[in-house]
Amino acid sequence: MILINCPYCGEREQSEFTNGGEAHVIRPKDPDILNDKDWGQYVFYRSNPKGIFYERWVHTHGCRKWFNVVRDTSTDTILKIYKLTDNKPDISEFQSTLKSPSGEPIVGSGNFAVKK
Amino acid sequence: MRKKYSIFSLIKNAFSNNENWQKMWESPEPKKGYDVIIVGGGGHGLGTAYYLAKEHGFKNIAVIEKGWLGGGNTGRNTTIIRSNYLWNESAHLYDHSVKLWENLSEELNFNMMFSQRGVMNLAHNEHDIKEMKRRISANRLNGLDTQWIDTKQIKELVPIMNTENLRYPVLGAAFQPRGGVARHDAVAWGYALRSNEMGVDIIQNCEVKDIKTDNHKVEGVNTSKGFIKANKVAVVASGHTSVLAQTAGVRLPLQSRPLQALVSEPIKPVINTVVMSNAVHAYVSQSDKGELVIGAGTDGYNSFTQRGGYDVIEETVRAIVELYPIFGKMKMLRQWGGIVDICPDASPIISKCEVKGLYFNCGWGTGGFKATPGSANVFAHTVANDEPHKINAAFNLERFSNGRLIDEHGAAAVAH
Repeated sequence: MILINCPYCGEREQSEFTNGGEAHVIRPKDPDILNDKDWGQYVFYRSNPKGIFYERWVHTHGCRKWFNVVRDTSTDTILKIYKLTDNKPDISEFQSTLKSPSGEPIVGSGNFAVKK
Repeated sequence: MRKKYSIFSLIKNAFSNNENWQKMWESPEPKKGYDVIIVGGGGHGLGTAYYLAKEHGFKNIAVIEKGWLGGGNTGRNTTIIRSNYLWNESAHLYDHSVKLWENLSEELNFNMMFSQRGVMNLAHNEHDIKEMKRRISANRLNGLDTQWIDTKQIKELVPIMNTENLRYPVLGAAFQPRGGVARHDAVAWGYALRSNEMGVDIIQNCEVKDIKTDNHKVEGVNTSKGFIKANKVAVVASGHTSVLAQTAGVRLPLQSRPLQALVSEPIKPVINTVVMSNAVHAYVSQSDKGELVIGAGTDGYNSFTQRGGYDVIEETVRAIVELYPIFGKMKMLRQWGGIVDICPDASPIISKCEVKGLYFNCGWGTGGFKATPGSANVFAHTVANDEPHKINAAFNLERFSNGRLIDEHGAAAVAH
């Protein structure tokens, strides 16, 4: 279980929160000009990186407020927590621990089959 | 030489202390190039190699695996096999698989320990009953053997179940007698053994780092053992499929999440069927060793850590103990997580894509094991002919733009 530091309530267990998927997905500005493929991208396609991921969380069993989190999905380390009104932090602020896109981190993975 | 396994070979090798068994497959260094490279040495990938060699006459195939064979989700699932899915497309696909399972031990001459002990899906409220009866009717129209059983029949099949004295009483169940369990390692090993005999190179401990493309055509893969050229690349890497697709510039509608399972200490036989419950989220079967095999739900967030959170298994164990009070004092021996790739409609993608020569078999989410032979069989057809088999034609990538989704969240059994 991971601990999440809610910007409004402080550090709580992850089970108090609900994940809201990828952050910074913007609804198309001019829906009328979109074709089916573009709509499909907006409705069904989300980034799924191994490594640095921008995501939304809501403190369901607490203040019920939404906020954004930057997390390394290969280790579950939380790198940054910021409010919805804050600017998106640049990806260069964070360091990925992976040597290849589908590699395993040295610490934080349960995949002992391929950890070196 | 074809390695035959029989009762006689077992006895013979028992006399030499089981030290003289032949190696099951070779571990060669990769060649410079292949006709087909399959990324991912789990059941689906090895099966694809097997059917490509056997049914489509491909001679020059490699299976490339990051860790060891069957060490990913093939070795991390709860081995449940069934085909009681709602929609026609899914029923055909999953039952194609069950039919292949039924003859797989004989076909591969390798014991799959396939046991058709039946799979039961419990109903806990009025809505469950209605939804399940609808699914049973749909199944029967597709020629599946699903049937409705009442609480009395459930008690006869599983006497240890507490059906009344619990928060969500058991009101009945959908039962598929042809469903069951199989041995997870055996399917990977069996396919590896027989495809290796037909000349497939099985390359373990070799990570595919990226897929190289040129002008929308696949060129090969960069691996930890260098670049390997390929005319066709078939990616069957479960949770990591979308990560690899990204390296070829292809976006897939997948989200990767940990899915956990756990096993108990071994006990004498107490439960001889598979019992699943979507509503309270608990499913359990007993392995031939006597361990209870328990499956939990997916964690609520994307992760590649192959561990998962304790709150998820706590919830599952709570439901298990309420359904089966006699398990209350049992000790759990092991817990693990696998990374599953979940599609928006909980159905798989077995499809080509906009890059020529690049194929994906992914999105199996929480229920890929049951489909291993069927998925491999139709995927081999897709890779060989550059056209889908009629069984997997509907499981294409275009459905996420034309809207022809195959929504199987109700039949997927695992909460996500």
